[in-house]
Amino acid sequence: MVLHRVKSKLFGLIIGVLLLILFNFLSIILGYTDITIQTAIDAFTNFNGSNEHIIIQDVRLPRALIATAVGASLGVAGALLQALTRNPLASPDILGFNAGASFSIVVALMLFSVSSLQATTWIAFFGATIAGLLVYFLGSIGRDGMTPIKMTLAGAAIAALFGSLTQGLLVLDETALDQVLFWMSGSVQGRKLEILLAVLPYLVIGLIIAISISNKINILTMGEDVARGLGQRTLFVKLITGIAVILLAGGSVAIAGPIGFIGIVVPHVVKSFAGNDYRWIIPYCGIVGGIFLLMADIGARYVLMPEEVPVGIMTALVGTPFFIYIARKGGKLA
Amino acid sequence: MHVLETRNLTLSYGDQIILDQLNLTIPHGKITVLIGSNGCGKSTLLRSMARLLKPQSGSILLDGELMFKLPTKEIAKKLAILPQGPVSPEGLTVLQLVKQGRYPYQKWFQQWSSKDEAIVHHALQSTGMAELSNRLVDSLSGGQRQRAWIAMTLAQDTDTILLDEPTTYLDLTHQIEVLDLLFELNEKEKRTVVMVLHDINLACRYAHHIVAVKDKAVYAQGKPEDIVDRELVKGVFNLECEVVPDPVFGTPMCVPYGKGRLMNGVKKDVIHIHA
Repeated sequence: MVLHRVKSKLFGLIIGVLLLILFNFLSIILGYTDITIQTAIDAFTNFNGSNEHIIIQDVRLPRALIATAVGASLGVAGALLQALTRNPLASPDILGFNAGASFSIVVALMLFSVSSLQATTWIAFFGATIAGLLVYFLGSIGRDGMTPIKMTLAGAAIAALFGSLTQGLLVLDETALDQVLFWMSGSVQGRKLEILLAVLPYLVIGLIIAISISNKINILTMGEDVARGLGQRTLFVKLITGIAVILLAGGSVAIAGPIGFIGIVVPHVVKSFAGNDYRWIIPYCGIVGGIFLLMADIGARYVLMPEEVPVGIMTALVGTPFFIYIARKGGKLA
Repeated sequence: MHVLETRNLTLSYGDQIILDQLNLTIPHGKITVLIGSNGCGKSTLLRSMARLLKPQSGSILLDGELMFKLPTKEIAKKLAILPQGPVSPEGLTVLQLVKQGRYPYQKWFQQWSSKDEAIVHHALQSTGMAELSNRLVDSLSGGQRQRAWIAMTLAQDTDTILLDEPTTYLDLTHQIEVLDLLFELNEKEKRTVVMVLHDINLACRYAHHIVAVKDKAVYAQGKPEDIVDRELVKGVFNLECEVVPDPVFGTPMCVPYGKGRLMNGVKKDVIHIHA
C-alpha cells in the first residue's frame, strides 16, 4: 500500500513519531531488569536514588536515545546514498563508510591514544570520507562509468580491506583489544549520554542538510543529464549530499561503532509505503530508522537472556535476507 | 533570427577532438535535425548546445547571449533538453515526472503555484498524456514513455527543445507518433525543435533545416530539399544511393544501393554500376 495524499502522508508521519516515542519507552522498561511503567515515570519525576532509578537514568535512557539518533542517521544516510549513486544496494556499511570510519578510529585509539570525543568524531568523518572517495573512484573506473554493481563490489572490497586492516592492528596489539573490541562490535549499549551529546550537533546538521536538499535529490534521481538540463548544479548537490552522508554515517560510527544494514533496509521499507518523493522519504527514513534500531536493540536483550547480543548482529539477521532480496529483484533503480 | 549559434566551437573528450572550429546557426521557430554517421559527434554537439558538455574552446550563443555567462537555471527557462534514453526513478507516475519540469521556476519559499499547475496541465494535454497522468512511467509503452518525457520538457515552458535521438528503441509506429507530436508542437506552439535523428528520410520529412556533420565539421546545412542529394549522402554516410521524392510527402527520400532482391523489370546493371 502506498500513501498517496499529502494528508495521509502527514498522518503517517505523526503515527511514526508516536511509535518512535513508544519504542523509546519500551526500550527503557524492557530488559534483564524489568521495570514497571510507574517506576520509569518516577525515575524522572520523583528520582529517589534507588538502583532501578539509576539504571533508568544512566543506562536505559541514554541507550534508547542513542538507538534513536543512530538509527535515524543511518536510515537517512542510506536514503541519501541510494539516491546519490542511483543504486538500491547502496548504504553506509555496504559502500565502506562504516568500515573506513571504524578503521580510522581504531588507529587513532591504538596508535595515537586519542581519547577526546570531538577528536574521535572528526577522525570518524575523515575515515568515512576516505572510504567513500575510494569506493567512488574504484566504482567509476571503466568505460561505462559508475554502475550499481561496480560500486557495490568496490564497496565490498574497501569494507573488507579496512576490516582486515583493523583486525590486523588488533592482533598486533592485544592490550588494546579489550578497549576497542567492545566498541567495534557495534552496539548502543554502555555508551554515556555525553557521547551522544558530543556528536549530536553533527547528526542534526546532517539531517537538516538532508531535509533541505530533498527536492533537489528528487531531480537528481532522474539522472545526471536530465537534472542538469533542468538547471541543477549537480556537482554541488552531490557534494552537499556526500557531506551529509559523512556527517550522519561517520557520526553514527563514532557513537555506536559499525552497525550494518539499517541504511539499506530502512529506505526500501519507507519507499514501499511513502512513495518516491524524497521530501517525504527523508523524514520517514529518520523515524523508521530510529524505530528499527530500537526494536533490534530490545530484541538483542532477549535472544540469549541473560546475555546480550550486540545489536549489529540483530540488524544483520534482518538485513542479510533483505539484501539478497533486493539484489535478486534485479537491482532496479530506487 | 537565430536561437542558437556556435562560434569556432571545439568539443573534445579528453585529448580526442570530436568537433573542430564549428560554426553553425539554429533558426528560430523551425525544426532542425542533426544528421551524420555513428560517432560523428552530432549527439555531442547537441549536448554542448544544452550546456551538458563544456566546450574546449569557442562559444555558444543562446538568443544572442554567451551561454557560459548565463545562470544554468535561466538557461533551463529558455531551453529544454531530453537526453537519449532517459530512465525515470522506479514508481514515478507520469504526473510526477511532468511536474519535475517546473524545477527551474521553483523557489524555496514557493514550491508550487497555480501557474505551475496550468502549465503542467497544458503539457499533459498537448502530448495526449492527460488520461495517462496517474500511470507509472515504467508501465507505459515506449512511445507513451517518450511522450511523457517530452511533456516534462514542455512543462519547462521553453521556446526551444533539444532532443537526443528521441526515436531510438522505438518501433516505426511509435517513431511516427513521437515525430508527429514534435511537428505539432512546432506548428501550433511555435516551439523551436532541435534533434538528432538516425533516419535521413524521416529527417527530410519533418525538418525545415538539416545540419549534416562529418569529419569534425559541418558538411552542409540548409533545407532538406536544397541540400539532400546523392553527393550529400555519399559525403556524409559514404553510401551510394538514389535520392527521389517521397511518394507521399514529396520530400527527399534516399534509396541506398547495395545488395538485395530485384523485382521484375529492374535492370540489374543499374544497380551494379553504383554498388
